Parts: sequence; structure tokens; C-alpha cells
Amino acid sequence: MSSLLAAAADPLGPSGAVRWVWLAVAFPLAGFLVNGALALRRPQAKTAVSLVGTGVVLAAFVVAVAVYLQLRASPPEGTGPFVVELWRWIPSGPLDVRFAFQVDQLSVVMLLIVTGVGSLIHLFSVGYMHADPGYARFFSYLNLFIVFMLVLVLGSSLPVTFVGWEGVGLCSYLLIGFWFSEETNANAGKKAFLVNRIGDFGVLLAMFMLWWSLRALDYVTIAERAPVRLIAGGGFVTAVTLFLFLGCVGKSAQIPLYVWLPDAMAGPTPVSALIHAATMVTAGVYLVARTNILFSMAPVASAIVAGIGALTALFAATIGLRQYDIKRVLAYSTISQLGYMFLAVGTGAYVAGIFHLATHAFFKALLFLGAGSVIHAMHHAYHSTGAHEDAQDMRNMGGLRRQLPWTFALMAIATLAIAGVPPLSGFFSKDEILAAVFGRGQSQPFWLVFWVMGLLTAFLTAFYMMRLLALTFLGDNRTGAREREHVHEAPWIMTGPLLLLGVLSVAGGFLNLPAFLGGREGLAHWLEPGFAVASRTVPVATPEGSAEWIVLGAAIAMALGGLYLGWRLTLAKPIPPAREAQPESGFARVLFRKYYVDEIYQALLVRPLVGLSRWVLWKGVDQGLIDGAGANGSAALVRGLGWLGSKLQSGQLGAYLVIFLVGALLLLFPLTR
Amino acid sequence: MAQLLSGLGYRQWILHALLLVPLLGVVPILLGRPAAAKRTALVVSLVEFVLSLGLWWALDTSPGTLQLNFSVPWIPAWGISYAVGIDAISMTMVLLTTLLMPLCVLGSWSYIKTRERGYYALLLTLLTGILGVFVATDLFLFYVFWEVMLIPMYFIIGIWGGRNRLYAAIKFFLFTLAGSLLMLLAIIVFAWKVYGATGTLSFAYAHLLEHREAAGSLAPWLFAAFGLAFAIKVPVFPLHTWLPDAHVEAPTAGSVLLASVLLKLGTYGFIRFAVPFFPGVALAPPVSALVVALAVIGIVYGALVAMVQPDIKKLVAYSSVSHLGFVMLGIWAATTQSLQGALMVMIGHGFSTGALFFLVGMLYERRHTREIAAFGGIAKVVPVFSLIFTVVALSSIGLPGLNGFIGEFLVLLGSFRVHPWATGIATTGVIFAAAYLLWALQRIIFNRLDKPENESLGDLNRRELLVMLPLLAGIVWLGLYPAPVLRRIEPAAVVYVRTVRGDYDAMRLSALAPERRR
Repeated sequence: MSSLLAAAADPLGPSGAVRWVWLAVAFPLAGFLVNGALALRRPQAKTAVSLVGTGVVLAAFVVAVAVYLQLRASPPEGTGPFVVELWRWIPSGPLDVRFAFQVDQLSVVMLLIVTGVGSLIHLFSVGYMHADPGYARFFSYLNLFIVFMLVLVLGSSLPVTFVGWEGVGLCSYLLIGFWFSEETNANAGKKAFLVNRIGDFGVLLAMFMLWWSLRALDYVTIAERAPVRLIAGGGFVTAVTLFLFLGCVGKSAQIPLYVWLPDAMAGPTPVSALIHAATMVTAGVYLVARTNILFSMAPVASAIVAGIGALTALFAATIGLRQYDIKRVLAYSTISQLGYMFLAVGTGAYVAGIFHLATHAFFKALLFLGAGSVIHAMHHAYHSTGAHEDAQDMRNMGGLRRQLPWTFALMAIATLAIAGVPPLSGFFSKDEILAAVFGRGQSQPFWLVFWVMGLLTAFLTAFYMMRLLALTFLGDNRTGAREREHVHEAPWIMTGPLLLLGVLSVAGGFLNLPAFLGGREGLAHWLEPGFAVASRTVPVATPEGSAEWIVLGAAIAMALGGLYLGWRLTLAKPIPPAREAQPESGFARVLFRKYYVDEIYQALLVRPLVGLSRWVLWKGVDQGLIDGAGANGSAALVRGLGWLGSKLQSGQLGAYLVIFLVGALLLLFPLTR
Repeated sequence: MAQLLSGLGYRQWILHALLLVPLLGVVPILLGRPAAAKRTALVVSLVEFVLSLGLWWALDTSPGTLQLNFSVPWIPAWGISYAVGIDAISMTMVLLTTLLMPLCVLGSWSYIKTRERGYYALLLTLLTGILGVFVATDLFLFYVFWEVMLIPMYFIIGIWGGRNRLYAAIKFFLFTLAGSLLMLLAIIVFAWKVYGATGTLSFAYAHLLEHREAAGSLAPWLFAAFGLAFAIKVPVFPLHTWLPDAHVEAPTAGSVLLASVLLKLGTYGFIRFAVPFFPGVALAPPVSALVVALAVIGIVYGALVAMVQPDIKKLVAYSSVSHLGFVMLGIWAATTQSLQGALMVMIGHGFSTGALFFLVGMLYERRHTREIAAFGGIAKVVPVFSLIFTVVALSSIGLPGLNGFIGEFLVLLGSFRVHPWATGIATTGVIFAAAYLLWALQRIIFNRLDKPENESLGDLNRRELLVMLPLLAGIVWLGLYPAPVLRRIEPAAVVYVRTVRGDYDAMRLSALAPERRR
């Protein structure tokens, strides 16, 4: 505590609200502790849980706004950002890791998104989770997630970021497996943690390499020393960035480590909205942006980042075409959109990447919460009539626009936003990415391939999102006559946050309205200090003149075409409810089964490893070779001594102690002389 | 605090008191009623803990060398002394031991129902033996304590152990004895060689260290003998097979002490004796490559074999093989960070694995089985147990913010410069550790509560909470604010690196920059 106060009073350090930034972490931490205690002692005190659980996140949002205003009013002088030091964490020789927060333009953007969208999702959860017996436990986990997410974005060094990085993974694990009595849920949580750990292995190695080459792990010093001590384009910096990117691939669900995210939909829907759409999964994009100086020195690694991003965007979008679970469609959509963000940062268009991260947080949170509202209504209906149907299967929905008009209207807005229809938010951010990729393609034609992949993805995105909308809200209702009576809108505490997210999804594009449309490029100017060095090394080329309009026109054409076809093809023929549906065939089946990637991983990696461990290492080496052969050689010895032991083992404690004391005395005897 | 302690003359008597108090405590236990034994043992071990706490303030850790040295001839004719001393490395181990001992007594409270007097008497004797090993600065005295500690443990496993206790006890005894007899031989030969070179027959640690060159051509053999004794204790792959048997059969407190403290005697032996005495052998490329390879194999192999164990206790036992591999890697990389990391793993493993064994014991007391398959979904009926189990498992996995991370991170970071490839493979240990523990966690506390026997499990009682809370506090404290510990052990780590590595300064300065070489 004294070090906290010292940090707050440090005359040379940051001033005003910035030095109190740790409160944004402390409030949710207190919420976690209170709700955790309530979960163990008073799980029925739901009012207290609601007030504490949402109150602390709102408080953190207030802190975030204050920090933002302060930073806007008086940005840090010189080059370095504000660093608020809390305590010495790992001192070891020259390695001296401080537990410190870095407040700069980038981390403040993330701070606002996490606490802002986080607050709305906490509010929504009050309604969505209210009947759940684990209500208090849910909010304690959700608060803990906010704590770790803020440590992740505020961390001033890789190790501190890593605390948040693994911490959000833990919360993700706990929340995916929230209803742990179902084995599939517990499995999904474990899978998420393990796949993420594969990525974390890369982050650790990157840290080791950076430490021994730069003698620093904090971002400020890394940015200072990397250009001086590392050779741009060299193998070393390429390896470092690729190891970092491995972590991002795990956390942000990119090829080949994306497999955990669709399964993560086993968690409650607000969790999917908060963790698996708006915030945690974007941490990989954030990390690349945070270490942009390193990536700008590694063109090969950057191209790989962009390529993986483009490939993932396209690949996940094709799977999204053929899913029937409403949340799974959104999960693959998230993977695909994250691919766009990596395409952006890999191209060096960091602002575009962060821009899309922000708009995606708005419209994808809206889509998930809207889906949650639908599932809530479906679940309620099935529960009322005692039917055992899948409340998430879109084949069981249809025509819900009549029962859920607000949800329909808001999800329609979000669908248009993600599809990239102007002037909604997704249009601007996606266009900025595609423009930057096209611009790079003018000097490096290879990038045009990525641009085409991005365009195709845009088409597929519009298609599967329209399909989702059509299956859920349009056409005839397939819920069942009795159930239909019970489908109705959720309470205001759930629709209220949806409404706010709807406003953000519409207007979010004005964060960074491009100049040629008369905008001020606010986000670009705001983020400029953090990306200045990198954008000098790898300038973002945007197409000029007619090329600019071609890129724009192509994107709009893709969006509108996808929407139209998605609507027409989905509703072209009658859709049977899930239990009457024919199994898929042909390529549709391959898509429905997600290219069998899970099965392939299971057969090629998981089962061989468990088999190797059980049959070769344990039964073979340990019991067979070491114990068996080792014991065979010394079997006689063991038997002989065993006999001796059994003689000594008379069972008389007194005898043992006598033997022992006699021995001890014999040794002590000389001391008495 | 330091003034208060010096007013009491604390620095003069503390080491002797620590060795004597447990032995004195044996007397009332043996003379008293059987039912009173555990209370007496608790009081004695608490007194011991409180006494030892003063070391935290009284010890000047800044020089990094042995402090509070005291020596009096014991068998003058053979140059054997009763000599003790302590530095920050042994201090952390002493404090870990004295903290765990009252918890072990509490943890045995309802577990041990037969021959209580003998059990608690042996437990206290074991305490003296362990502390003796950590503070002895005469090699012969060290050997005596090494054996003193072996015998009570043998009986604890052999008498109060599980079904297969005799087999496990003898296996434990034989493995350890085989190593330690060789070590005794090596100690005598080494002292004899130094006697030949200096004309002074002495088993004093400082004396032998100063004249370590006298070992001459025998150095490889001497190192091998020391190394084998310690490697069995650690245990280094493939000498580890006594460990799962001993752990599974030992009563809870026995398992806790085995894992948390006794294994560390092996790594402590390497740090204090084997490597500093014979650095030319230990760090020579072929030997170093062999040890590092075995350490890395231990990390990965231990984790993979742990993953497929049907018995929780065996799972935890194999996880120790994996964790101790990190310690070996850190010792052999011999950088400040890697050695501080190794020490942090030794401390952290003491907390988290000790806690795991306590928790497994608590499950065993309720269900009389350790089969993972016998549980499932118990988070619903025992939420406090499940919460604590989860936190402890996460610390063992190395989640940053809890204690396990600090040690592993420092070991791997520190070793990367010296053994990049081995460290790279060792780092995969973080993946496998998550695999075996999360899988076990899922099968025990998550999934469906489908066994009727588990529906009436009782949650932790006050005594059990009292056992777990200090460990939990340590787990969080060492994860969030390890600086006080790291600052204390840093000088000793630097001394170790200087002692074993001539090119210390070169190591400090040369940065990893492969491009430069082109």
C-alpha cells in the first residue's frame, strides 16, 4: 500500500487521474473478492451480487474515462508514455521486473473498450443469469476476468502483460466450464486452456530471447533498444516476432490454434460476448500492436501474420456458412473477423487493426447478446412446455421478428454493420483494412492475393450473417405452436445494453472517419504516437484517386451481394426443424463437420500422446525397463535386504527406537570426551 | 526486530536450538499418554517455527556467504567437527521445513490412529535430521544428519503407510542408502586428498572448498559419487522410481515432507557441495550435457507419465519429477536468474506440492481411495475444498501471479542463454503441466456428480482449513511479491555462480545477438 501511495505522490511521475489508473483494476478485484465470498457463504444474496458485480465495472469505466480525459488534456511530454509503478515484482540481478502499468493512447483505447463494453455485458448478465444457482460465482469470475484483462492491456512489460494474458485464459477456462456438470463443457474449458498454453509457450520463448538480446522486457526499453541492437530483417528478430505471434495465434484463435473458440461457446452467452468476441480474443491483435516496433523490423514475420490472418478469415467464414447453432456461426465469424485484424496489423496498418477491433467489439458483442436474448426466449419457451429441443439450433427458430422485434431490429443493424454496409461502423473499419492491403499490393503484388481473400471473406461474411438473420427471424416459425406463445422479449436490463451497443455499432465508424469522406481520422491521430516509428519503417500506402473508389466499390458490392444471396438462398426452400432435418451430404457435410480438423488433431496429436505416455513411457519405460530390468538385476539384493528388513520390522516400536538411539549415541559418544 | 533479536543473543544460539528443540520434544512424547502425543508435537513444532522465524531478520544475507558459523571439534583425531552455519539458501529451506512441520502434525491429527507416540517422536526426529542437513558445515556431520533423516522416514512409511508399505519403505531405503554410502566414501577420500595437499585433516566445508583442486584426477569419481547420492534424492530421471511408490504408500505427512523438503535435500546437495566442489567436472561439456538432458527428460517425461496415472498421489509424485527437473536445469545453467529460479522452484514446489498432498490426503480420509475415477463433480458438494484445490493446482501449473510461475520463469529465462535448445524443450513443460493437472482437476471436481458415495462428502473442517490457509497465503504472496525472498537469495546465488563459473563477468555482459557473428 505504501508503494502505491508513493507512486501516486511521485512528483516526477504522471499526474492527476493517470496515477490512479490502478483503481480501474482494484475495483473489479474487490468485486471478485466480495462476490467470491458471497458465492461461498450467501449464494442467494443476488441483489448484493448484482450491485457489486456491475458497480465495480462501472467504477472502472469511470476511472478509464477520467484517465482518457487526462491523457487527452496533457499527453506525456517527450517520447515515452506514462508508467505507473506499483511494486518491484521479480528482481534478479540485472533483471528487475516492476509490476507497473503503462498508460498511453493505445492502452487507454483498450481500457475504454474493456470497461465500457464490459459494463454493458455485466448489466445484460444481471437479467440473463438471474435464475442460475451459480449467480454469485458467475459474477465473481466475470469481475476477475476484467481484472486480468486490464492487467493485460495496462502491463508495462511483457511479464506483467503475461500475468493478464494467462489470467484471462484462466477466467475463460472457468467460465467456459461454468456449467461443469456437463462433461462437454468441462472438456471445452480444458481445451481452451491447453491450446492457449501452446501459444503461451511461444510468448515465453520470445521473452527469453528479448531479455538476452536487449536486456529489457518492458515496452519502453524494448522500443528504444530494438532498432539499435537488432538487425532489421534478420533471423533473430523474425524468430522473436514469430514466437510472439504463436501466442497471439493461440489467444486470438487463428489457424492452426483456432479450434478452442467454437467449443468455448459452451459457456454462458454473456461470456461469449465479453471474452470470446469483444475483449480477450483480441488480445493477440493488441500484443502485435503493442510490440509494433519489433514487427516493423521483421517483414517476413509480418507477412506471415497477414497471411495467417487472411487465411483464417476466409477459412472460418466458409465453416460459418454451414453451421446451425446460432452461437457457433458467431464463433466462426469472430475467428474470421480476428483474421481481418491480423491481416491489418501484418500489413502495418495498426490503426486499421485497432479500429476494426473496436467496431467489432461493438457489433459482435451486440450479435452475441442478441443471440443470448433469442436463446433466453427459446429456452424459456421450451422450459414452459417441457419440450426437449435445442434452443440454439436456428432450424428450430424462424419468424421470430414478430415475437422479438427489438432483438430483431438490433441484430439486423449489427448484421449490416459486420457485413460492411455503409455508413455503419464495420464498413469503415473493414474498408480501411482492405484499402491498406490493396495499397501494399501496388508495391508488392503478392499482397493482392490477401486483398482478394479479404474481399471473398467480406462476401461470405455478408452471406452467413444474412443466413443467420433469415433462419432466426425471417420466414415461418418452426418453434412449435405451443412454444410460440411463450417466446417474448427479455426485460429492459437485457435490451437496454443491446440498444446502447446498437448505437455504437451504427456510429462507431465515426471514430476514424476517413479524410476523403470529410472525416478527421480521430483514432489515427490519437494512436499516432505509439505507431510513429513503425509507420516510418513500413508506411501504410492507401490507394489514391480512382483506385480508392474501386476498392471501396468492390467492398460494398461484396457486402450487398452477400446479403442478397444469403437472404434468397436461405429462404428459397422450406427449412425443416432440427429433429426432422436430413443429414448433410457432400461438401456441405465437410463444412458442417468443420473440415474434420478436431478429429484430425485428436487422431494425430492427442491420442498418440496419451498412448505414448501410458503404454510406452509409463508401462514400458517406467514399470518395464527401469523398475523391471533394474529390479531384475538387483532382485536378489532386494530380497535379501527385504528379509533383513522383515527381521528388523518386528513391529515393536520400542525396538526401533532402541536401535536408533544406540546408533545415535555411538556417534555422539566422542563428543563427550 | 533485528535489534530485539540481537538483544536476545539470537544469532549465537539459534542454530543449536533448532537442532535441539525437536529432540527435547521427543522426551515428553515418549513419556506422556499416547493421546497427548500430537498436542505435544504441535507445541514443539510451533515453538520451532517461531524460533526459526527470527532468521528472516537476524541473518545478514548481503554477503551471500555462510553466516552464524560455529564449530567445535567432535572427533578431533579424524578432523571431524560439530560445525553449523547458514546462508540465505539454507535459510529458505529451514523456514520451509519449520513452517511445514506444524502443518504436518495438524494434517496427521485424525489420519494417524495407531502408535501415535512413536509416530510423532519420529516426526520430530526427522525435523532435526532435515534441519541438520541444511545447516551442517562439516561434511561428516552433514553425512550423519543425512542418515539420521533417512531412518525416521523409513519407519514412517513402513509402519504408518498404505497396503504396500514395506515394499515402498525398503525401496526408498535401499535407493537412498546406496547413494549415500558412496557419498560417505567420496567424503572421506576427498578429505584425505585435501589432507594430503594441505597437511590438515578436516571435513570443514570452507576448508574443502578452498582446496577443491586437491581432488585432482579423482575429481570425476568423487563428483560421480556425490552426484549419484543427490541425484537419487532429487530424483533425477531414471533414478526416480522409488518416489512414486514411497509417495503412494506414505501417510499424508510423510508424502508432504518427502515432496516438499526431502527432495530438496538432493538439489541442495548439488548447490552446496557437488557442483561447487567439482565445477570443472560438473560443468564440463559432456557431464553438463548429460545432466541437462536428464533434467529436460525429467521435465517432459515426468509430466507425460503423470498425465496417465489413475492414482492421484502417483500423479502428484510424477509431477515432482517434472518440477525438480526445472531445478536441475537451473543449477546447471548457473546464471544468477537460473539459480534464483531453481531456489524459487524449490520453495514454491514445497508450498504447492505439499498442499496438493494434504488435499489428496483429505480426500483419502473421506473416501479411502485415491483413484481419480472414484470422484467427479464434487465441486457441487465440497466448494471450499474445490476452490483451494483449483488454486493450488494452478500454482503448480505455473500460472503467473501465483508462486509456481516465478521459479519456472526465472529458471527458463536464466538457462536460455546457456542451453537454448534444452530450455526450449523444457518450456514445453508448461503445456504438459497444464495437461495433467487440468485433466485431473476435471475428473475430480468437475463433470457430473455421478457416484452416490460422493454426494455426502463433507467440506473441509476448521483444522483442515488451518492447514491449508498458510500454504495458500504463501502461494499468493510468493507469486505477487516474491521480491523480499529474491533479494535475500540473490547474493548467495551470485556467490554460487562465481564459485562454479569462472566466466561469470563474461556471462553477465555478452548479449545474445546471433547476427553479430555473421
